[in-house]
Amino acid sequence: MTSLAQGRHLALRATASDRIAHVALAFVGLVLLAFLAGPLMAILQQAVQDRDGHFVALANFISYARTPALLQSLWNSLWVSAVVTIVAVPAAFVFAYALTRSRMRLKPLFRGITLIPLLAPSLLPAISLIYWFGNQGALKGHFGLDQIYGAPGIVIAEIFAVFPHALMILITALATADARLYEAADAMGTRASRKFFTITLPGAKYGLISAALVVFTLVVTDFGIPKVIGGNVNVLATDVFKLVIGQQDFQRGAVVALLLLAPALLTFAVDRLISAKQTAGISARAVPYRPKHVRWFDTLMTAYCTLVALLVLAMLGMAVFASFASFWPYNLTPSLRHYAMGLFDAEVGEGFVNSLRMAAGTAVFGTALVFVGAYLLEKTQGAGPLRGGVRLLAMLPMAVPGLVLGLGTIFFFNAPSNPLNGLYHTMALLTLCTIVHFYTTGHLTAVTALKSLDAEFEAVSASLKVPFYKTFWRVTLPICTPALIDIARYFFVNAMTTISAVVFLYSPDTKVASIAILNLDEAGETGAAAAMAILIAAASAVATLLFWMLSLWTLRRTQAWRQE
Amino acid sequence: MSAFLKLAGIEKRFGGFTALKGVDLEIEKGEFVCFLGPSGCGKTTLLRIIAGLETQSAGTLHQGGRDISRLPPAGRDYGIVFQSYALFPNLSVADNVAYGLVNRKMPKAQVRERVAELVKLVGLPGSEGKFPAQLSGGQQQRIALARALATSPGLLLLDEPLSALDAIVRVHLRQEIRSLQRKLGVTTVMVTHDQEEALSVADRIVVMNHGAIEQVGTPMQVYRDPATPFVADFVGRINVLPALLEIGGRVRIGATSFDCPHGRAAGSAAKIYLRPEDVLARPILPGDANVFDAQIEKIEFLGSYCLVRASSPALGEHRLTVYLSLNFLAEQQLEVGGRLPLKLLPDRMRVFDE
Repeated sequence: MTSLAQGRHLALRATASDRIAHVALAFVGLVLLAFLAGPLMAILQQAVQDRDGHFVALANFISYARTPALLQSLWNSLWVSAVVTIVAVPAAFVFAYALTRSRMRLKPLFRGITLIPLLAPSLLPAISLIYWFGNQGALKGHFGLDQIYGAPGIVIAEIFAVFPHALMILITALATADARLYEAADAMGTRASRKFFTITLPGAKYGLISAALVVFTLVVTDFGIPKVIGGNVNVLATDVFKLVIGQQDFQRGAVVALLLLAPALLTFAVDRLISAKQTAGISARAVPYRPKHVRWFDTLMTAYCTLVALLVLAMLGMAVFASFASFWPYNLTPSLRHYAMGLFDAEVGEGFVNSLRMAAGTAVFGTALVFVGAYLLEKTQGAGPLRGGVRLLAMLPMAVPGLVLGLGTIFFFNAPSNPLNGLYHTMALLTLCTIVHFYTTGHLTAVTALKSLDAEFEAVSASLKVPFYKTFWRVTLPICTPALIDIARYFFVNAMTTISAVVFLYSPDTKVASIAILNLDEAGETGAAAAMAILIAAASAVATLLFWMLSLWTLRRTQAWRQE
Repeated sequence: MSAFLKLAGIEKRFGGFTALKGVDLEIEKGEFVCFLGPSGCGKTTLLRIIAGLETQSAGTLHQGGRDISRLPPAGRDYGIVFQSYALFPNLSVADNVAYGLVNRKMPKAQVRERVAELVKLVGLPGSEGKFPAQLSGGQQQRIALARALATSPGLLLLDEPLSALDAIVRVHLRQEIRSLQRKLGVTTVMVTHDQEEALSVADRIVVMNHGAIEQVGTPMQVYRDPATPFVADFVGRINVLPALLEIGGRVRIGATSFDCPHGRAAGSAAKIYLRPEDVLARPILPGDANVFDAQIEKIEFLGSYCLVRASSPALGEHRLTVYLSLNFLAEQQLEVGGRLPLKLLPDRMRVFDE
């Protein structure tokens, strides 16, 4: 009997509720297949076909490699990204170090100021730089910056844009220090510099690698900043746009998109590798590190953080100021001219409503999809191959730049043979594409929240013959409300500010505000572009505030069981 | 009458690793059985297979005459308590206990009555309105027990339920679980790595090692008649003395021949297992067998009694550990280096092959 059973895989009979879980998981998998795997396959297909759809193997790649202008863009992308990484990561590291390892005052203020840029479209620093150092800039020619358009402008604007991303990663890396290591070092009379190089730096190593990779990828794949301030300097991201929208050369556009995918995929792979190691790095028994007062050090850190905060404020402030200036640089009296111009004449008002609709849709449906998906993956059983597939698809969006996803999405949905072709140019497609674009971060947040729940809730429910969805509704969902709100906020803000994924997808009817900014800038209406970027930032800020109030309210209403 | 719970040929493989190697076990109705073993011995895996939380690679399970081998957890009949309590933190004690009742479409008043009855049963009357976080670990585990018992399951599964608790609470709660189990007569399987816990509550103990059952027996059998060297070693403390089997029911340990009815062929090497309490320390009387003089090498103070390590020319290079009460040590004025006459109880010496 034993030998008979040896060959086949023994499985428990699936219950009705198991089947419900499997069907739901299959649904999540189908959504990710249609809006992630489909588009990526479409790009691959375009890259190896000619205009008439014949297979041409690597001909498009060879033709790309023989176009010097395009190769120049590749080189530009690489060195610009490298310079930004080399500057931004150490700068953010010192800032994060000040926030986590010093006793300086006003930490929340410093942190808050440097994170503000996350609320605005990433091209805001570029617009601001034009006002500071552009042809009619306030400080034109100072600091050796006589020509801001081009590489210098891209580098500086990108440093501002990626700084908060690097900062968040590094704060997390530095926050998880084990005080016992420092106490042991102190007990042995270790010098401060030695402690830094033997304890602090190794402890933050993975964070640093991760921050560097994320920054590099963000810069390589960013589209807004080079578009606004790049001048004659082309990079990969602007090439894709020009090839596809300008020259309708889908084949070589697809080739460049694949080049963009490469660093992102590398980042993804390395990040997976090191995050697997990192979990083993810090034990549950670690004692949190509490920094001591060191006067000179705290003063130094305060000075540094003040400088950085002032630079960020200067960047933001100039955009705000310019958006209200009547006619830069001749008439600086405040007026709402640019806002009126942007909202009404250029019909960004409509785009703004579209943005809000899309952001709301992304927040609601994205959160639901992400959380249900994560729950089914973490807390239900069976359907192994499907489970593995969905898990992979949930992690993949992190490795796909928005521009690539957007391009793939038009290739995929524009095809007349696609039964979902009806979605093309609709708000629904914009929303779904944005959900998939930001899926992974939401997924990881949900998984972290779910993993913190007792692993046996589902086992207990099953023993009490309560189907899993009742426990999901009565227990899991209420406990995870704070995480849900966090995911919704993340989706909302990113949907408001995103450019890259939607730049290929909008139609005149579904144009969103962030895209309208690009068009205003291209039309020379920089003031109106600044005004609209500020409006987006304001809307994101208000939304963040509302989400924060919502979480306070739910915390008081539904989390009474939490004990300090 | 056949057993209430019957496991036959249960195997479990995780990839190349075999966690359970063909386990056969029968548990009678109303029995309290403990799975005892070191971590990684497969005891928890076996419990989870009974619960349907893991699937066996081979083998069958019958509960109450019904084949449950391939039934999902919800199709089986048991209540379970985990080491982590697994109480729903956002639900009150009453809602936790009623969790399985509400789903059975029981009228509300009846549910309330049953909940009150259960929280009283586990010794926490009046706690219905509290949230789990407001209770101590021991109290939470009682509520988890009440929740598991609420639907009157035919089988109660306890997965190291006391391991997360303080020593004092643990000792107290295990007796309560035992008396509750007696009162309700529910067949119970408890997994534990704590031999004292198993010895004090179980009707029968299943000692496991490396995915196989070493011995099934009452606590007394397991302790006094260990079936294998592993059981002897794992349950309680024991002296292990290499010996040579001699004719006439004698064994040679070191330089001395002792009385030890072994019933085996003479001439082969063996190991003698003898518990510290089966070595008597007392003045030698004329005609006494198995007695010799030893010298105290070390005294380890353990509270009410001491572990005394003794050596003797009679045993060669081997050492013996003996339990002696603090009072006895004081009375006899024994200290390190002092003389200690010892007697090995012949019928308590267990002989295992080398």
